[in-house]
Amino acid sequence: MVKKFGKWFYAGLIYVFMYLPIVVLIIYSFNDSRYRGNWEGFTLRWYAELIKDRSIMDALKNTILIAVISSFGATVLGTMAAIGIFAMKPKVRNFMVDLTYLPVTYPEIVIGVSLLALYVGIGLPLGFWSIVLSHITFCVPFVVIAVLPKLYQLNPNLEEAAMDLGATPSQAFWKVILPEIMPGVMTGMLLSFTLSLDDFLISFFTTGSGVNTLAIKIYSMTKVGVTPKINALTTIIFVTILTLLLVIQGREKKVEK
Amino acid sequence: MEKKKQGLAIPYIAWTVIFSIVPLIIILVYSFCERTPYGDIVFKFTTENYVKFFQPIYLKVLWRSVVLAVSSTLACLLIGYPMAWIIARAGDRARNFMVMLFVLPLWTNFLLRTYAWMGLLRENGFFNQLLMAIGLIHQPLKMLYTDGAVMVGMVYNFLPFMVLPIYSVLVKMDQGHIDAANDLGADPKQTFLRVILPLSFPGIVSGIIMVFMPALSTFIISDLLGGGQTMMLGNLIQNQFLSARNWQFGSAISSVMIVMVLITTLISGKYRGEGSEMLW
Repeated sequence: MVKKFGKWFYAGLIYVFMYLPIVVLIIYSFNDSRYRGNWEGFTLRWYAELIKDRSIMDALKNTILIAVISSFGATVLGTMAAIGIFAMKPKVRNFMVDLTYLPVTYPEIVIGVSLLALYVGIGLPLGFWSIVLSHITFCVPFVVIAVLPKLYQLNPNLEEAAMDLGATPSQAFWKVILPEIMPGVMTGMLLSFTLSLDDFLISFFTTGSGVNTLAIKIYSMTKVGVTPKINALTTIIFVTILTLLLVIQGREKKVEK
Repeated sequence: MEKKKQGLAIPYIAWTVIFSIVPLIIILVYSFCERTPYGDIVFKFTTENYVKFFQPIYLKVLWRSVVLAVSSTLACLLIGYPMAWIIARAGDRARNFMVMLFVLPLWTNFLLRTYAWMGLLRENGFFNQLLMAIGLIHQPLKMLYTDGAVMVGMVYNFLPFMVLPIYSVLVKMDQGHIDAANDLGADPKQTFLRVILPLSFPGIVSGIIMVFMPALSTFIISDLLGGGQTMMLGNLIQNQFLSARNWQFGSAISSVMIVMVLITTLISGKYRGEGSEMLW
């Protein structure tokens, strides 16, 4: 009994540690004061002002657009790559997998400065598209790593069977192979989308003047004080994701039953 | 047919060469280049950028980064291992929920979570007020802008990356091994040290890599929670590229960092074995 209590107490403490900052963030989105630290009463005005704030809304739009474009690009590039790598001889294949893991272990800051050096070197203008290129670069490996295992699990006779039954190679791919590896493709895409949304460092180094993502905007605010409007935005995002996760979990439980 | 399929990897290979390999070569080349007084890059071989890095002032930054990264990684391991164990041993439903609770904070912006810690640690912040309210201290402690604050920030941000890989090894561990050890007369301590710990080693190694690398190169956490005082390698690189406009020196520091990463990866690769793909 005591042992069990100790276990839950420990877990509880860790969760308090994990959620304390988030709870504080959410509470201050309802605080009727520009400054943190003192509670001046409940308000919803930050939520109203958030929608009217052009620069935050622009940054949000950029963040989402960049995440959509780069996760899509990374997924197409990465899925093609996984299929190509899977068709290679084992030795070449292993080399390619090692090569894929390389950027995953690199410190983000090195990726950021080296891409900056590349863009400046070839004269690519820094801004929206340089961020997209960078995001595709650090997302692709995750797609490859997510899709490859699905290809290994695939029955090697499946494609032949489809073609024996009269499917063209492209039909065999779109109607038989792709649906089989789809879970891996989706995992890769979701992972890319999340990584892109949350990225600060690489965007920070490869952006040009005037193009902000949310993370860059927040960073520039941390020096002078983050407006409660950002707290409001975070609260909205957090609640949305929490709801989504709970719905998915609920659905999975129903399926199990 | 197979040949045609292999061709699908060509765009990816080209992409990797252009956006991953060429940039690293550029950094490496820059790190050996001379600099004009105005900060322009002169393509003339020199080792002065590396010589500069091995001056005491910069070696101190390196040392501090390594010490802070190692201690945060150790703290994550000591705090995270029991947590991973508790989650792995929980009932099916509780387990999924507990894992979800651990991943959820990762979906809120990492800058904001770190910024929130600034509020918690400042002089009139939550912790000082709490400690004063229960009478443990009478004057506010200086918590923010210390190495301790940087460590708290790192443990906070990187703990999930330690807990999740260890958890995924522990949850797959065969209960039979533990029962067998008990039946053969091992006490709980022996069972842990001789059976559970060695079996969870791949997860521990994955966790250590996933915490140590970002901890070594972070510049946000030290920037926000350490104030100007805690200069780490990441801050140094950022300064050289964005304020000091000394790309050659920044490149040299980046190259040193790459070498450190390669060494760590090589060492851990030996022990990693099957654990490496546990996360995916």
